[in-house]
Amino acid sequence: TAICQSITQLMMWYANNAKYFPPPSTAKDQFQEELVIKPLHSGDIYASFQFRTQWDTDFLLGSKVSHYRLFPKSLGQVISKFSVRELHISFTQGYWRTMQWGQPFLPSPPGAELWVWFQDTVTDVDLAWKELTNVLSGIFCASLNFIDSTNTVQPSASFKPLGVGNVTDQRFLRYAVLPREIVCTENLTPWKKLLPCGSKAGLAVLMKSEKLFHSSFHSQALHIRPVCKDWQCKSTSWELRQTLNVVFDLHTSGQGKREWSLFKMFSRTLTEACPLASSSKVYVDITDNPQLFELSPATPLVSQAVVLGDGRTYSVYDLTDHATFGQTHSLNVLLRWRAAEREMLRPLLHGERYVAGYGLQTGEIHTLVYNNHPYRAFPVLLLDTVPWYLRLYIHTLTVTSKGRDNKPSYIHYQPSKDRLQPHLLEMLIQLPPNSVTEVTVQFERALLKWTEYTPDPNHGFYVGSSVISALVPSVVAMDTNNTQERPLFSSFFPCKEESTYFMRIYTEPLLVNLPTPDFSMPYNVICLTCTVVAVGYGSLYNLLTRTFQVEEPSQGLAKRLANIIRRLRGVPLLT
Amino acid sequence: MGLLSDPNRRRALTNLLTRLNAPICVVCYLAGVMWFMGLAFEPFTLRTYMSENAMGSTMVEEHFPAGERALATGREFAAHKKKVGGMPVNWLVKTMESRGLEVFTQSFTRKLPFPDENKERYLVRGTNVYGILRAPRASRTEALVLTAPCSQGNANNQAVGLLLGLAQYFRSQVYWAKDIIFLVNEHDLIGMQAWLEGYHHTNTTGGDWSPLHGRGGSIQASLSLELSSDVITSLDLVLEGLNGQLPNLDLANLFHAFCQKIGVLCTIQGKLQRNDWESTSGYSHSAQTMMLMVLKQASGRPWGDHGLFLRYHIEAATIRGINSFRQYKTDTTTIGRLLEGMYRKLNNLLERLHQSYFFYLMPSLTRFVSIGYYMPAFGLLAVILLLRVSFHLSDRRGLGVGLTRYPGVLSILTPVVISHMTGVALYCLPVMSQEMAVQHFPVSETEAVVLTAIAIYTAGLALPHNTHRYTLPLVLKLVALLYLAVLLGCTALINFSLGFILALSLVPIAAFITPHTHKPLSAAIMVLLSPGCTLLYCVLIFQELQETPVSLQDGWMLFLSVISQGILDHSLYGSLVYPLLALLIYPCWLLLWNILFWK
Repeated sequence: TAICQSITQLMMWYANNAKYFPPPSTAKDQFQEELVIKPLHSGDIYASFQFRTQWDTDFLLGSKVSHYRLFPKSLGQVISKFSVRELHISFTQGYWRTMQWGQPFLPSPPGAELWVWFQDTVTDVDLAWKELTNVLSGIFCASLNFIDSTNTVQPSASFKPLGVGNVTDQRFLRYAVLPREIVCTENLTPWKKLLPCGSKAGLAVLMKSEKLFHSSFHSQALHIRPVCKDWQCKSTSWELRQTLNVVFDLHTSGQGKREWSLFKMFSRTLTEACPLASSSKVYVDITDNPQLFELSPATPLVSQAVVLGDGRTYSVYDLTDHATFGQTHSLNVLLRWRAAEREMLRPLLHGERYVAGYGLQTGEIHTLVYNNHPYRAFPVLLLDTVPWYLRLYIHTLTVTSKGRDNKPSYIHYQPSKDRLQPHLLEMLIQLPPNSVTEVTVQFERALLKWTEYTPDPNHGFYVGSSVISALVPSVVAMDTNNTQERPLFSSFFPCKEESTYFMRIYTEPLLVNLPTPDFSMPYNVICLTCTVVAVGYGSLYNLLTRTFQVEEPSQGLAKRLANIIRRLRGVPLLT
Repeated sequence: MGLLSDPNRRRALTNLLTRLNAPICVVCYLAGVMWFMGLAFEPFTLRTYMSENAMGSTMVEEHFPAGERALATGREFAAHKKKVGGMPVNWLVKTMESRGLEVFTQSFTRKLPFPDENKERYLVRGTNVYGILRAPRASRTEALVLTAPCSQGNANNQAVGLLLGLAQYFRSQVYWAKDIIFLVNEHDLIGMQAWLEGYHHTNTTGGDWSPLHGRGGSIQASLSLELSSDVITSLDLVLEGLNGQLPNLDLANLFHAFCQKIGVLCTIQGKLQRNDWESTSGYSHSAQTMMLMVLKQASGRPWGDHGLFLRYHIEAATIRGINSFRQYKTDTTTIGRLLEGMYRKLNNLLERLHQSYFFYLMPSLTRFVSIGYYMPAFGLLAVILLLRVSFHLSDRRGLGVGLTRYPGVLSILTPVVISHMTGVALYCLPVMSQEMAVQHFPVSETEAVVLTAIAIYTAGLALPHNTHRYTLPLVLKLVALLYLAVLLGCTALINFSLGFILALSLVPIAAFITPHTHKPLSAAIMVLLSPGCTLLYCVLIFQELQETPVSLQDGWMLFLSVISQGILDHSLYGSLVYPLLALLIYPCWLLLWNILFWK
């Protein structure tokens, strides 16, 4: 029953989740934009853009929609043509360093990730998925067309719909990761074009690609889902969220000076909000403010929110208010560091993965999941997708925590088929408090056919990140002693939203070397084969076709000379 | 084919091989030796060239400015090392963190099978400290490693200083595509072994280490730095790794290319490049360089901290700064620039280094002998064994026994099993019985191990030789010849140098030993050419080539310590030379010894 409870708990979270959205106003379409700037402990700085477009239409009821205002037409057509219910796509360059930066607002794995829920009216999901990936590949200028059956899976529990609706049949879900996808400006430009103001006005003017790609981490994502239109939730509308997360490095771009400003980060300042936006705000995380840094210009607006189970305080700059820009008619938020802590963080949930062993025959994948909560155990869902050319020995699967065997309460394993489908392994694991759980599984490296190697085979082959989804106990509930900022009556019973929060983390992708032939070998083989054929076949043919005759033994030269002399003398010849 | 189809010609060939067998064998042997010596002659060798395109044409610039600061850091490190009396872990962690690295430590303990008298250690406890420079926008899939050892005394402080200086400089650059791991390892190879096993989560030799918490994906290449003076005259490149493995030749080419570009004197085997190959001294110089490489490779031990990386298919080399009395000096900034250039080029790699050769010998840094050129030398020696086999098969009078009846194959099992049991005893007993030996004799543990090994080795000669009454010496000899041929062939494929040296000494006795030769003389020759004595000659020749000749007595002491090092290398790092010699080569030699004392 514990299994069911945990899974239902996770599912409940997904289902409930849709109703916490801000109430939509009465306007037909809506656009909001915001930028969150979070100074990180390491001295780096995290900038997270989020653009939300809400579209009050329901073309799934049969009416054909041809009028688009704020919602991008290309995506609207994709949704209606392929009967998409939810679409989540992310392009990430770099790996999020949880130990130094804490948790991101929206996690994403290195490379490209795409997961889509189709409507239950779709009959041939695989076909729709194939066409959809090709269309998206065109829209985002990315190699999404490399998504095929060998890297697509249907997770049973890890990816549930984030929008309204209660279809959870995994047949309508497709999930794929391309860990090798490289994200660059060519992906950013089409992404920017989907915004109502493009990059002409509002926060999007900050997105200069030479600055965004001069960073430690770059991730852009797009999420489409149906949300409630109003509080009664009688009808749904479409929500498009475009997010862009960047981490700027202190050492390489700070030039040693410990200060950040919008201009320094983006080589632009803000002058106006997007005229189409109903709200346009810049948030700066000032929770640790007086000790860590000073912020200018000062702003009277302060907002508090619980983010990832932690109460945070933000200074807010409202771009729709002209006073924000002051006399210079531009806003350039400036942060000056006082001190930077260099020590590493201990995030409550943290994952690591690596390949163990040596040689090109076998290996072992180790996945470490850290629960750093001092006294609470919590379950996590671990999703592993491994390409078929690593043949997992699933009988060697072990899960150990604190040196003891930890039996997963739920395992969903789908074996691979050579050249057709990857391994899919999903497990529900209970993490004991303050522990490291180690999941190991051995594999054998397959020898590919020579046309199946990539153009640079000695680089290695990628295995996508594992996905760890969890309901993590909140930090707010953890330090009940901390009552200085909140009224006493609010903090005795931890309220539900704050006691746990959903978190998804991705481990690093793996680079695995497969046994690789020497591709200059064909030349050598041709030479060798030709020689063998010429010498061997020639001689054998000669042997087989030659006619053998008994030959009189020829006489030696001396004897022949002697015989000539004897014949001259008339003496009998020698034989 | 013509030979096979024509019975006359076939007979003629057989006759020729039978009649001229001994002269042909001698000619083959001499030809093999000549061929090998010819490898060092410059016109016969190939010039090295960069095969990897990603490292060849790409231009990188070196700007490392902070050599002086690195030396200051090195002095600070030395002071902290002296204060702590070992690895200053806390200081290193703090220093690396302040340079913007992710820092982790790993502690390890290792109990040696018996005390190592050369390095004076028995129970080793230590800590490795490493910092990872995370490449921007990279996903932790590839890494490069730079290591410097924390040695005892005043050695290698400058190396650690330069490592930290480079870390600081590299951290402020934006072009990195691979994570760079800066590792300071304690207790040289033992620490390195612990770190590598921790990184790859293997345990091949039963060490005890704490698991690593930070990784950078699959390691593409690694350099170890050894630097003990503020200025140097030349840089020496060390390539030979565990079990005679060598890194890809492109790594050596890269080093040489940068030495040329920056203008640093570079050596291999401590020997400079010379241009006078026509002269006798020029030839003997390159022959000496090559012989040193052969001897080092044959020893199967790692000749620098890089040596253990090779097992994990990580291309690695050690760069050693040498300060001699030469006038021209190179400062630390220049060495830093050289390393910066090398790492930038390695950073540009798209694939692992695989384009160039893995099997080669180097008579100088610009010349190499590839496997296709040196294998014939071994082949000429190995073919003698096959010639002898064919000789004995075609000419059965050779051993003086008419083969009226074939004894069963089983009958030769007795000598084979007995010799191998002796081999097993030689492999196991020295380490197992050290305590007993120490109790009964006034020797240290190390001496006990080595002397037990020598005692068992000698005792093997006195084993009974009459137990195999029903065997024919011919069968035994054929078995011994084929066995030796297979053994040497396999050894030469893995470690050419070892195979060739063993073939040089074992092939003559294997070819010409019979029960009818002059017993005392043959016995003396056999003992002089036995694997143990070959090892002694190798030690003496090695010292001679290194220009540190030793007296016979010092040579004997060195010989003893080489045996103990060999056993230690086997149990600490998994070197295969000792088990190969004890379990296979020595029993094979005992079989030949059996033939000699046939009654």
